[in-house]
Amino acid sequence: MTTAPSGASPQAGGSATRNPRKATVPSGASPQAGGSATRNPRKASVALPGPLALGLARGGTELRQFFRHKEQVVFTFSLPAVLMILLGSILDGPTALAGVTSGQLLAAGMIGSGIVSTSFNSIATGVSADRETGALKRLRGTPMPSSSYFIGKMVLVAVSSLAQTVLMVAVSVLLFGLKLPTAPDKWLTLLWVFVLGIVSCTLLGIALSSLAKSTTGAVAVVQMLYLVLQFISGVFVTPITNLPKIMVDIASFFPLKWICQGFRSVFLPDGAVGMEMAGSWELPRVALVLGIWCVAGLVLARLSFRWTDGK
Amino acid sequence: MTTAVSVRGLRKQYPGHLAVAGLDLDIAQGEVFSLLGPNGAGKTTTVEILEGHRQRTSGEVTVLGEDPGKAGRAWRSKIGIVLQTANDAAELSVAETVHHFAKYYPDPRDPDEVIEKVGLTEKAKSRVKSLSGGQRRRVDVALGIIGRPELLFLDEPTTGFDPEARRQFWALISDLAGEGTTILLTTHYLDEAEALADRVAVIARGEIVAQDTPRNLGGRASAEATVRWTDERGEHTERTAYPTKLVNQLSAGGRELANLTVTRPSLEDIYLDLIGDKA
Repeated sequence: MTTAPSGASPQAGGSATRNPRKATVPSGASPQAGGSATRNPRKASVALPGPLALGLARGGTELRQFFRHKEQVVFTFSLPAVLMILLGSILDGPTALAGVTSGQLLAAGMIGSGIVSTSFNSIATGVSADRETGALKRLRGTPMPSSSYFIGKMVLVAVSSLAQTVLMVAVSVLLFGLKLPTAPDKWLTLLWVFVLGIVSCTLLGIALSSLAKSTTGAVAVVQMLYLVLQFISGVFVTPITNLPKIMVDIASFFPLKWICQGFRSVFLPDGAVGMEMAGSWELPRVALVLGIWCVAGLVLARLSFRWTDGK
Repeated sequence: MTTAVSVRGLRKQYPGHLAVAGLDLDIAQGEVFSLLGPNGAGKTTTVEILEGHRQRTSGEVTVLGEDPGKAGRAWRSKIGIVLQTANDAAELSVAETVHHFAKYYPDPRDPDEVIEKVGLTEKAKSRVKSLSGGQRRRVDVALGIIGRPELLFLDEPTTGFDPEARRQFWALISDLAGEGTTILLTTHYLDEAEALADRVAVIARGEIVAQDTPRNLGGRASAEATVRWTDERGEHTERTAYPTKLVNQLSAGGRELANLTVTRPSLEDIYLDLIGDKA
């Protein structure tokens, strides 16, 4: 179907004689040109790279870019830790349950907040920035599929959320005497809450980025949502039973409350369950709500995703 | 001859504003085609529709045998786009960026060769954010050609270049054209279109108002020439369709004419005429 460049040469015949400059080139570019310039024959047989492999390659690139951005790394990781240290120092004291301090209650929840920051916040602003800098538009002009772009973001979120969690847990253990779980089932809970939490929040972050008109707009919206959700989900105010029920009812629609509740079940002794709204850890419900948000987030992200600002 | 781009009756309606108003265009494979026009004429909209970045309101568009509004990954692997404004990937080095983009394509060029081709070998290890504006444009070009495109879109590629960088860039484009790459170039610089393009089209108010070779555009070749000379009675300027005859008469008997020039309208004169008619 495609004629080789040399096809544009003189013999192309009566039809087109308007290529005077080209006409001087073909002598060099025609059959004998050989190895160097003849490219079309190779082309047809080569397959497009797989979306997963490309997604992982994108993940590597995303990580490189992220970790080279020094201020971004320092502030992203330290903000939840600094908040936790400040609030924990101010509010620390005994709770209804002997042996559990309010600092530990706060710390367990804030580990959950930390992964929302590295998933939802960083993706909502990061995708907006990719749109604003033209990165997405450039990618749109290549054969890279959108799924690879999303996989790349997921890799970035997985690694940075893991780093964030390790940092938060370390600070909690050192400053607030939080105990690492010993039972395997608690580690399992930690794992699935972590995975469902970052997947749902990343997808919601992608969806939100499409609503914001600019990166600055996205940052403002995200900060507002994040702060309000932390207040009404019983992260800052502990135990959660101190909050008006209506606030917690609203918070129950969103992932943050359930992620924090799941993490409290992992890092606090079993007796602390008495300080939950329902008097139970409600782990099946945690899984259900986060699972629904993963599916809903995927639908919203796919429906709302825009490569560029224009139409 | 195979057609790389074919456009019939293209229209793009924005709310309250018809950006492209029934545009026809044909670009042959292997051709360097330049689209000229003032800002707001519909140039970028047209090119973005051809690139698959924008949906059209109506009309038929075929690019490399497919409708760009519906084309998939295989089609995208055959085109290359050099964007007008992109500020991404600043934290990666030139080499990392080009090597990474090479992975997107089924049959990429050698990344190091591409870096050399755009003259960035010495900067290969530098972060993109540390490059000058002109060097960043060369990274853009490298990413545009890494996939071995059959059709390359260049949107005002030399804006902000110094004269030497522009000449080097022209040589690179001629080189790509020599290899058979079809090139669609939009530019504000008429000398650039004249140096590079096999054919140019002038777009104004969403329509093509003229298209031809740079030499013949707008009747340039057959337009009246202006003959200027100086004699004892002062400077003279005469417009004529037969400059040779006039000069012959004036210099009859071997008389030497001082300051003699014979000029045709420049591409710029023609261009300004063409867009002036529409304005």
